[in-house]
Amino acid sequence: MIVGEQKPLEEIKAKVDGYSKILILGCGTCVKTCFAGGEDEVAMLALALRLSLKMEGKSIRVEEQTVERQCEDEFIKEAAANIADVKAVVSLACGAGVQMVASRFPQVSLLPGVNTTFIGILEKAGLFTEKCLGCGNCVVDLFGGICPISRCAKKLFHGPCGGSSKGKCEVNADTDCAWQLIVDHAAATGQLDKLAEYVPPKDWRSSQAGGPRKVHREDHEI
Amino acid sequence: MSRGKLEKTLGEGKFAVTAEIGPPRGANAEVIRQKAGLLKGCVDAVNVTDNQTAIVRMSSISACAHVVQMGMEPVMQMVTRDRNRIALQSDIMGAYSLGIRNMLCLSGDHQTFGSQPGAMNVFDIDSVHLIHTVKTMRDEGKDMSGYELNVAPRMFIGAAENPFADPFEYRVIRLAKKVAAGVDFIQTQCVYDMVRFKEWMKQARERGLTEKVYILAGVTPLKSARMAKYMASKVAGIMIPEQMIRRMEGAAKETAAAEGIKICLETIQELREIPGLAGIHIMAIEWEEKVAEIVKDAGLYPRP
Repeated sequence: MIVGEQKPLEEIKAKVDGYSKILILGCGTCVKTCFAGGEDEVAMLALALRLSLKMEGKSIRVEEQTVERQCEDEFIKEAAANIADVKAVVSLACGAGVQMVASRFPQVSLLPGVNTTFIGILEKAGLFTEKCLGCGNCVVDLFGGICPISRCAKKLFHGPCGGSSKGKCEVNADTDCAWQLIVDHAAATGQLDKLAEYVPPKDWRSSQAGGPRKVHREDHEI
Repeated sequence: MSRGKLEKTLGEGKFAVTAEIGPPRGANAEVIRQKAGLLKGCVDAVNVTDNQTAIVRMSSISACAHVVQMGMEPVMQMVTRDRNRIALQSDIMGAYSLGIRNMLCLSGDHQTFGSQPGAMNVFDIDSVHLIHTVKTMRDEGKDMSGYELNVAPRMFIGAAENPFADPFEYRVIRLAKKVAAGVDFIQTQCVYDMVRFKEWMKQARERGLTEKVYILAGVTPLKSARMAKYMASKVAGIMIPEQMIRRMEGAAKETAAAEGIKICLETIQELREIPGLAGIHIMAIEWEEKVAEIVKDAGLYPRP
């Protein structure tokens, strides 16, 4: 899933300052799962904004709505009526959803309320970790199912670097060294020799380095 | 094409000595001339670091050019952190045109440890890719696209290895990978833990790697007990035995530096007895004036 974090209240408050009525628009898929922008977070943010602004003697009307996915027109059109009624929308979707809403409703100011952070997993309750950079050409089979492109701070194809210590990465002592995991996996499955092979440099054209990407499925066109 | 002094010394089976200098945080070439001058005649080649610890400094390539102008031989360190493959290959050609004959292929310290932690890193390729690239440029006369170069940069190719980083059992496999990619010589992280280093060397010999690559053991003289404790606890990939830290602590404040040099000399003596070891690499951090003394007292002077 796409993992995001809600922006600090102070930052959102500064963005909405000067508007008399806003809509907080949640997204019910990825950011809901990571507690950044689902229905519950929309309600909590609305409450916090109302209270906080009231204490400062400012009046603002805060409307709430959450759609299934802000990255699909089919769902965001459900918000058209509410959006028509405000000058600004705080979107709690990821960067994709924010832009989809902005392009569909160009007349309103679109204010992002979430920082999109990574493609990751729910590792355990309350902990989300990065697992993919979306490089466009998956090669995890070469590394025992562990991606060094997203999980090594230096994207090393031939790690580990000299900063791997006791299974942890020198850049962040809370982060597992991806290459320690790769070596452990290879050792446990008797494939250490496979790791001795040279892996050629990556062709980054499939990644963001090649510019914005598209997936075009003609078989699904209507 | 004439070989460099380092390649020649190692090729003749003589015990090599290299040392390291860091370029200044500014455009003053005099700093390079001064630091390199302290090493003149007592080392076979001088490593010039490439924005080490990710602190912005004068570029390695230009500092190396100053060293060449002094009639000395540099080892240009090159990290893949700051440049993509286009810039790396271009700089390798330029370096060779300036008379630089040795280079050390590194991935580089992570930028978050440096003076500008908000910088974007590159890591288009890694250190093993860089070794392979330099080898292809030298031996096949081609760049990474296969384009034939009008003059091939005939570099003597080095890389680093850290026997003290984890996972230990994999370290020698990684060394083998660098050898397969085409590395000619290795300079290691500084050796304090002799037991672990000897075990790593044994593994390298068993795999036949010491026959294929020249290994130079890194040494860094300790200046104080504080430095020893800092390096042991805060720098990933450095191992200093407890006993050695206690020895530094036991020395009086005014004799601690001398004790550090003494330990360094004992280390060099012990290293020279390890079968398959081709030389030493002295990294006297901001202590370049001590290198000549160390080389002389270790009995490694004059140089061939």
